[in-house]
Formats: sequence, C-alpha cells, structure tokens
Amino acid sequence: MITVQRHTRASHAAAVVSVLLFVIAATLPFWAPQDDAPAWMREFVEIACYFIFAMMWNLLAGYGGMVSIGQQAFFGLGGYVMLMLGNFAGVNPFVAIPLAAAAAAVIAVPVSWVAFRLQGGYFAIGTWVIAEVFRLSFANMSFVGGGSGTSLTALRDIERSTRENTTFWVALVCVAASIALVYGFLRSKRGLALLAIRDNEVAAESQGIAVGRMKLAVYVVAAFGAGLAGALYFVGNLRISPDAAFSVNWTAFAIFMVVIGGIGRIEGPIVGALIFWALNKWFSDYGSWYLLGLGLLAIVVTINFKQGLAGWVQQRYGLVLFPTRRHLIVKE
Amino acid sequence: MIETLLQGLLLGGLYSLFALGLSLMFGVMRLTNTAQGDFIVLGGFAAITAAAQFALHPAIAVLLLLPVAFGVGYALQRWVLNGTLGRDPLPSLVVTFGLSIVVQNALLELFSADPRSLDSGGLNTQSLALGAVNVGVLPLLIFGVAVVCTAGLQWLFTATKLGRAFRAVSDDREIAELMGLSAHTVYALATAIAFVLIAIAGSLQAMRTTVSPSDGPLLLLFAFEAVIIGGMGSFWGSFAGAMLLGLTQQIGFRIDPGWGLWAGHVMFLAVLVVRPQGLFPKTRG
Amino acid sequence: MSLVHAHDLKAFYGDAQALFGVDFRVEQGEVVAIIGANGAGKSTFLKALTGLVKVPRDAVLFDGQPIGSLPPGEIVKRGLAKVPEGRRLFPSLSVEENLLMGAFAGRPGPWDLARLYAMFPILKEKRLNPGTSLSGGQQQMVAIGRALMANPSVLLCDELSLGLAPIVIQEIYAALPRITAEGMSVVVVEQDVSVAMRVSQRVVCLQEGRVSLEGASSALTREQISAAYFGVYA
Repeated sequence: MITVQRHTRASHAAAVVSVLLFVIAATLPFWAPQDDAPAWMREFVEIACYFIFAMMWNLLAGYGGMVSIGQQAFFGLGGYVMLMLGNFAGVNPFVAIPLAAAAAAVIAVPVSWVAFRLQGGYFAIGTWVIAEVFRLSFANMSFVGGGSGTSLTALRDIERSTRENTTFWVALVCVAASIALVYGFLRSKRGLALLAIRDNEVAAESQGIAVGRMKLAVYVVAAFGAGLAGALYFVGNLRISPDAAFSVNWTAFAIFMVVIGGIGRIEGPIVGALIFWALNKWFSDYGSWYLLGLGLLAIVVTINFKQGLAGWVQQRYGLVLFPTRRHLIVKE
Repeated sequence: MIETLLQGLLLGGLYSLFALGLSLMFGVMRLTNTAQGDFIVLGGFAAITAAAQFALHPAIAVLLLLPVAFGVGYALQRWVLNGTLGRDPLPSLVVTFGLSIVVQNALLELFSADPRSLDSGGLNTQSLALGAVNVGVLPLLIFGVAVVCTAGLQWLFTATKLGRAFRAVSDDREIAELMGLSAHTVYALATAIAFVLIAIAGSLQAMRTTVSPSDGPLLLLFAFEAVIIGGMGSFWGSFAGAMLLGLTQQIGFRIDPGWGLWAGHVMFLAVLVVRPQGLFPKTRG
Repeated sequence: MSLVHAHDLKAFYGDAQALFGVDFRVEQGEVVAIIGANGAGKSTFLKALTGLVKVPRDAVLFDGQPIGSLPPGEIVKRGLAKVPEGRRLFPSLSVEENLLMGAFAGRPGPWDLARLYAMFPILKEKRLNPGTSLSGGQQQMVAIGRALMANPSVLLCDELSLGLAPIVIQEIYAALPRITAEGMSVVVVEQDVSVAMRVSQRVVCLQEGRVSLEGASSALTREQISAAYFGVYA
C-alpha cells in the first residue's frame, strides 16, 4: 500500500504552537505592562515588515529562481500609494494597506516586461536600476514632498493608543496572512510546478508547465507582499521619503535574513528574522561595524552553510516545521 | 551644445573604465560582481591614502597601486569567489553583495562620510582649446586611458594565450580543463586584471571629482548600464554603451539637474525593451 | 610493461555502479577498439582514464604510474589525451585557436600545426573560421587535431563516428595510420562495430560494465561479437 505523507510530527506541533503564539500576541495590549506595550508593539510592527519583505524575497529567489536586488521598488511604491490614498483620497490608511499592495502587484506586470529581458546576475542589477528609477521619479514629485518626503496626515485625528493598537493588530494579521499565503501556494500544484521550474526550466516546459506565466505569477505575488510590507511600515512610521522608501537596505536585510535562515524554505525567513531582530537589538548601536559584521556573516554563511541555519537543522536532524514536500510511504 | 555633447562623450570614457572590469568578470566566469562600484571607490581611497601617506605624486601612487590591486583581485577570486561559482547565481550575488556592504562600512569607519579627492596636480583645472570649444585636460586624459585599456583588453583576449584560455574556459570549462588548464587559476587571473582596471577607474574618478564611501552602488549601475546598452561579450560595445550613457546623462543634466541620472536610467530601460541584446552584441551572454 | 593498465576497475555515479571490475591493457603502438551497446560503460571507462570520474589511485596505471583520480590536466601532461564525445569544440575560438588550446599543456613532440594541416588540408583553408562553423566531419578533424597537439603517447577517441556519414567516417579513420606511424597508441571507442573491427588490431567488448569478450580483431567471428555485445549467449 502506498500513501503520500505531507505532514511531519514536528509540523503538527508547530501548527499548534503557531496558533497559540498568535493568540498570545493578539492579546498583548491587554496583558503587557502599560509602559512597555507601545514600544513592544512598535518593534513588532517594524520586524513584521522586515519579515514579510524577506518572505517575499525568499519566494521570488528561492522558489521562483529570480534573485532581485530591486524589490524595494514595490516596498516604496506600496508606502507611497497608501499615503496618497490616505492623504488625498480620504481612504482610511489601514484600509489603504491592501489596496496599496494590490497597486504594487498591478505595476509589477509592466515592470516585468522590462525586467524579464535579463537573466541571472544581470536581472538582479536590472531590478535595482528600476528601483532607482522609482526613487528618482518620486523624488521629483513635489506633491508628495519631493526629495525630503512628507507625513501621513490621514491618521492625525485618531487617538494615539488606538492607532498603535490597530497598527499592531493589522501587522499581526499581515504576518499570519503572508505565511498562510506562501505556505498554501507552495503546497499546491502551482508550488510543485514552481519547484520543477526552479530545478530545470526546459524540462518543466516540456511537461506542459507554462514557465513564463508561472514566473510572472510569482513576481506579482512577491510584489504584492512587498507592497503590503511597505504600506504597513509607513503606517507605523507616519513619515515617508524616497530614500527611506526605496532604499536598497531593505533588500540587503531581506537577503541577510533569508541566507542566514535558509533559502527556499519557509522556516528560513522566520529563523532569519528572529536572528536579525536579536542582532539588531544587541549590536545596532555599533553603527557601521554592525553592518560590516552582518555582511561578513552573510558571506561566511553563504560559503560554508549553503542551506542556511534552517537547512542545516533539516539536514542534521530532519526537522521540518512547514513541510512542502510530499513523501511516498510504501507499506509492505 | 557641442560642449555638452563633448563632455558627455568624455564622461562616457570614465564610465567605460567602470564597465570593463564588470564585463571581464562576467565574460570569463559568469560572475556578476555587485561590489564593482564599491571596489572602485576603495581604489580611489587607496590612491588618496597612498599619495598622502607617502607624499607621492598622484601618478606614482596610482602606478604603485596597480600590482597591489592585481594581488587583491587574485586572492579574492582564489579564496573567496571561486567557491561561489556554479549553476546557481545566488551564492556569488550574495557574497559580492555582502562584500559591497563590508567595503562601504569599512570605508565609512576609516574615512568618515566626507567626500575626498585625489590631487591631480592641477590637471583638473587645465583645459585645451579644440577648435571653438574648450575641453578639460583631465577628461581628455581619462578618455585616452579608457581607449588604451579597452584596446589592451581586446588585444589580450584575441591575440594571447591567456586570452584564448579565458575564452575557452568560459565556453566549456570541462574540456578546457581536459587540455591542462586550471580553471581556478584562470578565473583568479581574470579577477586580478579586473581589479587593476578597477584601481585605475577609482583613481581617475577621485581625480575628476570626489569619492565617498556610499558612492559605490551608483557607479555599479553606470557600469552595468554601459555593458547592457553596448551588448554583452564585447569590450568595444561596452565602450560605446558607456559613451551613450554619458551623453544621455549630460543632456539630461543640461535640461534639468534633477533629471540627469533619471534620463540615463530611462534610456537604459528603453534599450532593454527595444533591443535587449544591446547595440553591438557578440556572445550569447 | 603496458602503457595503460586498468586493473579491476570499478566506477560509480553516486550509488549506481557503472563498471564492475574491468581489466584493460594497451601496449605501445597498438590500436585497440572498445565496443559495446549504449550504457555498456564505454564512456565511463574513458572518463575513469582521464580523471573525470573518481576511481582508486592505483586502479589505473599509466606508464607504470598510478593516475586514478588525478586532475584531468595532470593526466594530459603525462601523455594521455582524449578526443571527447560530441567533438565539443570551443565556439568562441577559431579552428586554429582550438588547435592551439590542445597544446596548452606544453608537451614536446612531433605534432604541431604544420603537421596537422598536412594531414587535414581542409583545416588550413578554414583555420580562421570559428570552430563550430565547420561541418561535422571537419569538426571531428579539429577535435582529433586538438588532442594530437598535446603530443600524447596514448590517444583516446570517444565515438568518432557519431553523427557522421559513412564516407566521412572513412576519411577520418584514413588518418589513423599516420597517427600511429611513430608509435602512438590509440584506443578507439565505437558503437559502429564494423568500423571498430576494421581499424583496430584488438577488440574489447563491454557489456553492462564488464568485459564480455576480448581478442584479435581478425580472429573474432560475427557470432562471438554479437553474443558478447548483447549479452545473449546461445
């Protein structure tokens, strides 16, 4: 008898723990000490944005096989669209977040017509050029403050603690949604097709998989996620500028998180984000030395631990928390 | 107007120097050096420091820098980058990107964020009268160096044993090794030469204008755009691409200072859409 | 002492075994043919000889010295050169540059450009053309010439006749006597049995990674070869 196993014992445990963590986190405003709660929530929102952006970069690079140094284009675009909807169209910024993400996804289509002309390393730099064009364009738009940016005025009338709580909950929902989105996508038939494309494009094409459409789909989904993260970030930050919105550092940090945690695995960005948050907490006061250290760490891990930490754990201990593989079990 | 065009062409000369090393490394081993710009900046700072520390004439400082750059490039490829080569473009991208961050922040710590420049002994203020226009001596010199380097690299590739080895190993590494060639050594030599070009480019950039630790990424983009516009696999193609880029930027700056860089980027994207193989492509890339 | 001596050679691709203890010798000045069906292990055997497949160090002896798993470049320097399956010329190099690459290891000997052009005049005519712009047969000549430029003492030829018309195959193999004239040994791996029998003095047949038959080309019968080739014994 042959069965297909799609879960592991660890993944069942992880699912239970995740739900518990979600509930605990959601109730944070109620049980956390009143002095610390706002700071904790703000920190969570920030790390949530880094994490979602990293998840999407992981989807694009690890599963889609497209390494981009220009995803910040959609991050910043999400932020600016949210701000424009909020400040000029009277849309509630929290509602504007998914709308901005959708806008980023739509823009990703014509962008792909240009970006997909390139491959490999040159694709990576090409996406960076596109992000730069976005940055320079917005820097020349005076109605959103040009080069020095502007503030999100639409939330001015909301009471501070309400705003902070709502931002926190929205962030929590976004995190859960993006994990669910990516996980569901990868476990589906489309996810299998993606793995096939990643391993051998020509063979996948000959099996009837529409490679071009799949790659576009992944690119659009990743843009949506990046836009979501960007919109969320600037709702929390209340102030936007082209340099902050379209900074290549977003991608640099995402690369760091994914590489350290492990590329092409869902656990990777989670592990990477946690490590990044910890390092940030302890060392970011050291300024350039800290960044230098991050860079060195990424280099060392890439050369010696090609699979990242989550991958190393998987190889060593067979531990997978978010299984996307199917195992064939043959019982005699 | 003529002056703007001329300035654009001469600027392109400098851009082509940025592009040569990138093109060489990609051509021989399909490695995209995302730290190209930062190493150019590093080269500029190295020249400035050497000239200051040892009270040298800038030209001497640069000449002494070249063998050092050769050694650094060789070592970097041999012991760090060779391990990242393979079918997957990610490791080399992440490692060079990591190097970019390391170099930028190291420079920031060592030199602070202030822009510095290399004293060119007055060259940057001299100008030559060509017919009705005045052209700066330094830009003309840089253009000349760019032509010499491009021609030199082209000659190396087509007429020497090493050039044959470069082309062979990039065509078919396994068969090239069957002929007794050591791919690892050949790759290291390619990067070593690329770094000599980088050192030259960085020094000239420091003479022409200023260098500061965060300049790297922009220089990388210029180099990259020049290569793509010109067409991959062709050094003279990158040269032409660089000149077109310089021209476009200068014209853009003339119209409005805020749109200079933007114009260059947009022109690049336009070429990418209309003629993705570049203007003068040679290889399949 | 044999020039090439493979002793109980076993080779693996990961966990899959491709060669199960092959014994093989080549003497000075011999032309030996290796025949066998697809997947019999012929190419794997050549790869084991040239360092492209890992085998124990003393499973292969060249001129008495163990060469198993040495880097391919090192093996070429010692005098064992291969004409690879499928020609595999360098597309970015001209005909002459392809030939010059063959001499990269710098072994001294009688073979140089002049001699090659004398043997294959058409190559001289096309020497500046890109290697891959030539016809299949001409490309095969370049590939052979490239290996000869390394001045080996043993030349390995992997499936020279693949994809070529019979008349072209004849023309290629017509050059063989000139190659062996000064004592170079040649190992010819061929799927085309009649060609193999015609050009060699000794034949070795591989079947599923083992030597199933060995003997003088003139002495073996069709039935013997058929049986050994397909592994069907009457």
